[in-house]
Amino acid sequence: MTDLITEDLVILDLVATDKVDATRQLAQKLKAAGRVTDLDGFLADVAAREAQMATGMPGGIGLPHARSDYVTVPSLGLARVPAGVDFGAPDGPATLVFLIAAPTGGGSEHLTILAALARRLVRPAFRQTIIDAPDAAAVASYVQGEVGGQ
Amino acid sequence: MKFVAVTSCPTGIAHTYMAAENLEQAGKAAGHDVQVETQGSAGTVALSDDAIAAADGVIYAADLEVKGKGRFAGKPYIDVGVKKAVHDGPGVIAAAVAAVENAPKAGTPEAAAMAAAAPAASSGATTRNVGFGTKVRQWLMTGVSYMIPFVAAGGILIALGFMFGGDGVVAKTYGGTFEGVTYTNIAGSLPVGFPDGQSFDTLLTQGGFAGILFVLGKIAFLLLVPILSGFIAFGIADRPGLVPGIVGGLLASVLGAGFLGGLISGFAAGAIAYYMTRLRVPKGVRGVMPVVVIPLVSTFVVGLFMIFVVGKPVAALTTWLTDWLTGLGGTTAIALGVILGLMMGFDLGGPVNKVAYTFAAAGLTTAIATTGGGPALQIMAAVMAAGMTPPLGMALATAVRGKLFTEAERDNGLACWLLGASFITEGAIPFAAAHPLRIIPSTMVGAAVTGGLVMAFGSELRAPHGGFWVIPLISQPFLFILAVAIGTVVTAAMTILLMGLDAKKTEEIAEYEDATEGVAA
Repeated sequence: MTDLITEDLVILDLVATDKVDATRQLAQKLKAAGRVTDLDGFLADVAAREAQMATGMPGGIGLPHARSDYVTVPSLGLARVPAGVDFGAPDGPATLVFLIAAPTGGGSEHLTILAALARRLVRPAFRQTIIDAPDAAAVASYVQGEVGGQ
Repeated sequence: MKFVAVTSCPTGIAHTYMAAENLEQAGKAAGHDVQVETQGSAGTVALSDDAIAAADGVIYAADLEVKGKGRFAGKPYIDVGVKKAVHDGPGVIAAAVAAVENAPKAGTPEAAAMAAAAPAASSGATTRNVGFGTKVRQWLMTGVSYMIPFVAAGGILIALGFMFGGDGVVAKTYGGTFEGVTYTNIAGSLPVGFPDGQSFDTLLTQGGFAGILFVLGKIAFLLLVPILSGFIAFGIADRPGLVPGIVGGLLASVLGAGFLGGLISGFAAGAIAYYMTRLRVPKGVRGVMPVVVIPLVSTFVVGLFMIFVVGKPVAALTTWLTDWLTGLGGTTAIALGVILGLMMGFDLGGPVNKVAYTFAAAGLTTAIATTGGGPALQIMAAVMAAGMTPPLGMALATAVRGKLFTEAERDNGLACWLLGASFITEGAIPFAAAHPLRIIPSTMVGAAVTGGLVMAFGSELRAPHGGFWVIPLISQPFLFILAVAIGTVVTAAMTILLMGLDAKKTEEIAEYEDATEGVAA
């Protein structure tokens, strides 16, 4: 199974005007890696999910996500946003943005990985390790190791 | 404290699990045990029954309809939505603790009322934190509530048959001699088929329109015990209980074991099916368990049980009681009336009732054929009068003290006026099945009073059935009616007294039943 996240999908110092911009920049990484076939189609699916309920999470996390026809492999785009970007969380802007892209079909294996990821997001140590990581490769390998995908 | 929680969200890939993690962590931090069922895209790993049983409270952090909500029926719960659980785990846990502390203590009426009001849709009637006695009553009520329409529809059809056809309607459909004419049995095999190649045309020719009404009513009555039994088993074991319950109930009917036999088959079938659904079986077999293995094995076991453990003793009891009654030569007429009344009021169409009725009807036939009158006609009058009081007593009790009964029972009580007036003792079965220990003594005493009174008054009856529709065939009709009225009042008074002793519980059950009826609709 393809890794959920690689260093190509990590943006260490993202500057974004708003959550739509942040999401688009991360989605472009997924597109460049061939994990998303249609950028605008995928973003529309994410926006639709975002409209149901804001995905800003406590602890400075933005979690845009969607199950979309335009996703080829389960993927995670990750950005550190030192200046913060508002994702609608009550406790302030997000400094970490996780873009979860899941294919619509397929087995439940990748969903189990995403479930594991979602559970990790709640833990402060997980977030801190990402913030303290020296480079993109370290971020990617840490996250990948945590969620149990090889 | 121990909590179980259910989390879900629209996409089922993020919030569901974040909320779950958050609740577990917040619970741990506050010193509580929280087990979460994530109803997300990765599939649901169901909470164990033990975890649910042990939980003090339930947390719904779900934006989708909670699957299997009935499992948690009766427990204190909070419903916060997934977002709150993601953002404020400790707050949700604190709210859940408060909900448990403010909840009525288990075993109190309030707790039972909550259990009753909770949406116990999925499994019919099983709530987990109620006493076994309450569960038994709930299972009984499930069976009775499905049976009541059969009693009302069948009973009224039979009554209409008597109204339009007179007492001859029985001989004209099920065979026998009426006013010197001998009729063949043309309906005896219905609904399976007609005997001897007959058809609906012969039924119509011989029995007429009244005959058809009568036969349809009889068919509905044939299903009465199977439905009672089947839905008691359904209440206990859900769908797997239905087949053994209905087949066992049909056997109870055919073996002449009456509604008491149906109660036995219902509980036996439910217990076996429930036990089998809990068996751990290899994965390959699991798929065919509910549709093939459980119905097959449980039906076989319940069938054998009914035939050998219930059927044989019932047959022996019938023979013994008949011999005993026939040998009762030395007793006074009034004592005989009382004994027959007690029998008529005991199982309301079951084996004991049938023995008393057959004793009277056989005596009547012989007496009319030989002497043309005599004590046999008084016995027939006493038996019919006694058999009319149970449904009339229920009708009166529900009319006077409706609060003691469920809505369905009150409706059935209305039908009971007609059923009682037509000597359809079965009208009282729903009451007796739901509250056997309180209703059966009442119907026995009331029927005994009436039986004794009719013998004392010396009314004679020249027909084996028909109720008030054969009043012209009854001598001293006003004394006969008086005896029925007194027995009716006695039955109703005793019913109200005994039901009132336990009024609180009865009202809970009434609420419970109204709640489940709403769900079923």
